[in-house]
Amino acid sequence: MISPAHYVALAVILFVIGGVGVLIRRNALVMFMCVELMLNAVNLAFIAFARLHGGLDGQVIAFFVMVVAAAEVVVGLAILTSIFRARKSASVDDANLLKN
Amino acid sequence: MTLTSPELTLPAIGVAHAAWLLLAFPSVGAAVLLLGGRRTNAWGHWLGVTMSLASFVYGVVLLAQMLGARAGGRSRDDHVFTWIPGIGRFHVPIGLLIDQLSICFVLLITGVGSLILIYAVGYMAKDPERRRFFGYLNLFIAAMLLLVVADNYVALYVGWEGVGLASYLLIGFWSYNPAPPVAAKKAFIANRVGDAGLSLAIMLMFAQFGSVSFAGVFSEVHSAKPGVVTALGLLLLLGACGKSAQLPLQSWLLDAMEGPTPVSALIHAATMVTAGVYLIVRSAPIFNLSANARLVVTIVGAATLLFGALIGCAKDDIKKALAGSTMSQIGYMMLAAGLGPVGYALAIAHLLAHGFFKAGLFLGAGAVKHEMNDEVDMRRFGGLATVMKITFVTFTFGYLAIIGIPPFSGFFTKDPIIEAAFAKGGTSGAILGTAAMIGAGITAFYMTRVMFMTFAGRRRWNDDAHPHEAPPVMTSPMVILAVGSLGAGGFLMISNRLINFLGPVVGTPPLSHGFFAPISDIALVVVVAGAAVAWAMYGRREVAVTAPRGNFATVAARKDLYGDAFNESVLMRPGQWLTRLSVFFDNRGVDGIVNTIAATMGGGSGRLRRVQTGFVRSYALSMLVGAVLVVGALILVRL
Repeated sequence: MISPAHYVALAVILFVIGGVGVLIRRNALVMFMCVELMLNAVNLAFIAFARLHGGLDGQVIAFFVMVVAAAEVVVGLAILTSIFRARKSASVDDANLLKN
Repeated sequence: MTLTSPELTLPAIGVAHAAWLLLAFPSVGAAVLLLGGRRTNAWGHWLGVTMSLASFVYGVVLLAQMLGARAGGRSRDDHVFTWIPGIGRFHVPIGLLIDQLSICFVLLITGVGSLILIYAVGYMAKDPERRRFFGYLNLFIAAMLLLVVADNYVALYVGWEGVGLASYLLIGFWSYNPAPPVAAKKAFIANRVGDAGLSLAIMLMFAQFGSVSFAGVFSEVHSAKPGVVTALGLLLLLGACGKSAQLPLQSWLLDAMEGPTPVSALIHAATMVTAGVYLIVRSAPIFNLSANARLVVTIVGAATLLFGALIGCAKDDIKKALAGSTMSQIGYMMLAAGLGPVGYALAIAHLLAHGFFKAGLFLGAGAVKHEMNDEVDMRRFGGLATVMKITFVTFTFGYLAIIGIPPFSGFFTKDPIIEAAFAKGGTSGAILGTAAMIGAGITAFYMTRVMFMTFAGRRRWNDDAHPHEAPPVMTSPMVILAVGSLGAGGFLMISNRLINFLGPVVGTPPLSHGFFAPISDIALVVVVAGAAVAWAMYGRREVAVTAPRGNFATVAARKDLYGDAFNESVLMRPGQWLTRLSVFFDNRGVDGIVNTIAATMGGGSGRLRRVQTGFVRSYALSMLVGAVLVVGALILVRL
């Protein structure tokens, strides 16, 4: 039998994988995917806790998170595209104009 | 001492209802001349003269109405408008007080002033800025008129400051030379010290009596504490000292000779220096209540009359010798005003007579200067009596008037002051009377010296000097003033005409003056002795072209008895040290603290900036660490 605790554990694993990905990868596109992974891990946790407590709040918030994620991707990909056009590179380490 | 109570001031009627016209004429003249620019160059000076004369004519009409009114109905107050309509208790209506005292001043200012303006038409004929000069002169007359006809101290103060401004503009009129602007600034600063005294007096009046009008202050002053009355008197005296060039604020008057000669005449005869005497006499109800304040006034007057006379003895500059004499004569007026009800009318009488003969003397000196290519050193004059006959005769009239030879006006107005000083009684009376008597002797000495050095003896002229008589536009005012020098004193003083006229305002003195009283005879002897000494030194002997070194007294008098040196060492140097100290404190102390804080912040920020590495992933790491710390803290608090 799969209990809600299993879902929470999966969410933690996904969140850690996403977080480590954001921290160690240089490619902006991959970093974006990792951020999406973290968001979905949080969504999973919300759903699991909503099921656990028998309320609907968590499910509603999951929808909100999805909307925010979609908007974030739109803006983020646009920035990413323009950076790639300007610098011929998707590496985040190259974009350091605001250094110091 | 019996004192008739000051008469009631009634609302203005008849022509007095338009008393504002008195101020309007010269104000309009000044506005047109100063705003009109070069377009008014051709006729501007005559507009200035006309406006001044219009004020004079209107003043005569006011006097005629006043003389026609019954006694007790002569003091008229014309409310013009409300300047400050009651902020709290502070209510300042602008009203014009036309009474016996102010009409005397109105006629002196506009009458003698107009004559000086006519003279200036000729004197300034070659000056390209003549129009501007006449604009300032009209401004001067307007401000002085406001000063004497205002019915409250605040409006008087406006005129007081206007006079200060106009004198500053006129003394520094020839601003392309280095000396006049310096002299103008000196006059302005010395006057500011006095102005501070007057403004403090006005504030004290408002704080004590809740009023700044003459009527309001004088009706309340009886109930004030003696200390307050004395303080008021001393503050008013400080104001008067500034404007009237009395000790210790006398230093500006001699330097003010840098202005064109008509300005000197106007400042010394009709306007400006008379303002201090006016202030004291107008504030008679305050001074009547404080014997201490009156004593200080007499001391200042007596000291200044000797001080000015001594300076006059050593000056080779004809205008500066006359300036010393003005200081001295105003000292007589202050002395008389300080004697209380006995002397107020005498002070005004001497002031009016002085207006005539001093204006005449200055205009004569100006004519000489004008014809001698702006030379003012009397050692370069000599023998001018035969060349400039009209100037010589009019100057002689002024000379006889100032030293007090009967029947010239100084005899009738100065000797009663000496008598009144002796009549004060006690030690102070004897000292003051003696000082005034000695002053008369010194006056005779230095004025005779001026006469001999300028008009008699060998011609010690510069090679390029070709003096001849001044044009009629300059000599005719001098002639009129000479007639005044002859007749004014007798007209005012015989049968106590002026004293009775002014009585309702300043109180009638019980003393009746018989001319040729013993003291008057002694004064006459002293005067003749002084003149004889001057004749022995400058008439009989040859006058050296270069000034001899002189003894220590002469050297001191040439340096204005070290008045400037005193101001410099006691006031200016410590003031400079104070400013230097505050500059040092400002730079090192205040600026130091502020700069240290700024440098610390700047340096710290520069180091903090290194944290911004530009690596997105390190930012992400710091965000993660921060989030973990926040969550950890929340959990810790929960537990």
